[in-house]
Amino acid sequence: MTLAAAARAGAGAPPLVRLENAGLYRDGRWLVRGVDLTVARGEIVTLIGPNGSGKSTSAKMALGIARPDEGAAHRAPGLKVGYVPQKLAIDWTLPLTVDRLMRLTGPLPAGAAHEALERTGVAHLVGAEVRHLSGGEFQRALLARAIARKPDLLVLDEPVQGVDFSGESALYELISAIRAELGCGILLISHDLHVVMSATDHVICLNGHVCCTGAPSAVAGSAAYQQLFGGRANAALAVYEHHHDHVHLADGRVRHADGSITDHCHPADGHHHHGHAHAEGAAETDEAGHA
Amino acid sequence: MLDDFFLRALVAGVGVALVAGPLGCFIVWRRLAYFGDTLSHAALLGVALAFLLEVNITLSVFAVCLAISILLMGLQRRGSLSSDALLGLLAHSALALGLVCLAFLSWVRIDLMGFLFGDILAVSVFDIAVIYAGGAAVLAVLAFIWRPLFAATVSRELAEAEGLNPDAANAVFMLLMATVIALSMKIVGVLLITALLIIPAAAARRLASGPEQMAVYAALIGALAVIGGLFGSLRFDTPSGPSIVVAALALFLLGMTPVGALLRRFTTPHGGGGGAR
Repeated sequence: MTLAAAARAGAGAPPLVRLENAGLYRDGRWLVRGVDLTVARGEIVTLIGPNGSGKSTSAKMALGIARPDEGAAHRAPGLKVGYVPQKLAIDWTLPLTVDRLMRLTGPLPAGAAHEALERTGVAHLVGAEVRHLSGGEFQRALLARAIARKPDLLVLDEPVQGVDFSGESALYELISAIRAELGCGILLISHDLHVVMSATDHVICLNGHVCCTGAPSAVAGSAAYQQLFGGRANAALAVYEHHHDHVHLADGRVRHADGSITDHCHPADGHHHHGHAHAEGAAETDEAGHA
Repeated sequence: MLDDFFLRALVAGVGVALVAGPLGCFIVWRRLAYFGDTLSHAALLGVALAFLLEVNITLSVFAVCLAISILLMGLQRRGSLSSDALLGLLAHSALALGLVCLAFLSWVRIDLMGFLFGDILAVSVFDIAVIYAGGAAVLAVLAFIWRPLFAATVSRELAEAEGLNPDAANAVFMLLMATVIALSMKIVGVLLITALLIIPAAAARRLASGPEQMAVYAALIGALAVIGGLFGSLRFDTPSGPSIVVAALALFLLGMTPVGALLRRFTTPHGGGGGAR
């Protein structure tokens, strides 16, 4: 949190990546629309939402893999990215060892590959062929590959899928530690609400559009979030303390801690980063806008 | 010493195989076998056009292959037909067009069999120079784009996200494919170019533990196949192209026998992959 706060404080520094009202249109429908997000140095931003809600699509727009059909995507010039995609199938005709996988997109300094594999717990598999790895081992190798690059921006699309339960939290701790070490920005996609809530600075809840956004505790309290995640949301919520610095009024306007009232609470206006709660039924939803 | 036609064929064939092997690996990895077929069948149309316009055959074949691959990419993007249907359509219509065009050119006497199945007698010293200059250029460019091309083979999105420009690498790869097909046509013939690309790479897969290693092995296995095939062709008076492909097949099958297992133990540091246990 402190790093993120520092990053926010230095508001002059441009974000690593920024989506402005970005949307992607494919096969006659909007996969996702109206996404605003920024990731700054030292900040962990998490995308949550049900299947098909546009999490991976938003990440791909942020990465430049998909060009937004509306809105815009900006990346800092010379940005070094580490990416763990959601799906990666290695064809059996490809003779690819873990060691070679580590150097897939660029050379690494001596020892960097081993160190990263050590940290994700798969250093012993360095010579193994990738297609012989289990799902969890492969995920660990992919994460190691992404962090070994010492990127400015890490984009992790469900990085712990297939990893055993005890390994999951260790990997999330590792992700936090990497953020602290490298001071990189992290865009995380996760299903695990507990983890999202504890290790994240900023949550963006998607369901074809941005449902709600803000600090984890604030999002967890919003009605839109509750609607999307139901009972699980409450369990996750119980873990977190609340700091309410502004309230969503019944008419959709927002009253801030200093008493001022605004029409919207945009993620960029700064109010969100201190946590907020939504008044019952008046969360920062915008279904109507994209119906 | 290059006076001997057989020696010329050997030198030219080995040169082609050394280039075809590494490129063939990408065709195997990316499942582009049918694409390779389409381009090589289109080569015959290039031959016909060369006679019609009285230009260099290799150059004409290269141009036609390039045009076909660009056409294919355009058609794929429009997505009105599935990829394999498109490839089948283009492959056989190009082959048929080439044959029909050649039939119309009644004033030129050409050996059609030579173009279809390769013709060692037709290899000139100039051909050898073209093969080695073109082949060296292809290998140099391939080495230059190796990392982005290989990364894009594993995952286009990953390569793109991490700033490697896979689309440019893919476009250059098409160019290299067209070049190699134009170079190989005289040695193995239009109908069997894809075999020279794929079979050595497939045989190398069983021996290699890394992509670079596989590319080198494929080049060597291809060269062996050319040497074996040409000697066989001379000995049994068989057409050069099919003989080379049969020799490559024999090497592939050899790799599946205990000899292959032995070789594998010898070449891979981890005793034949695995290593996870």
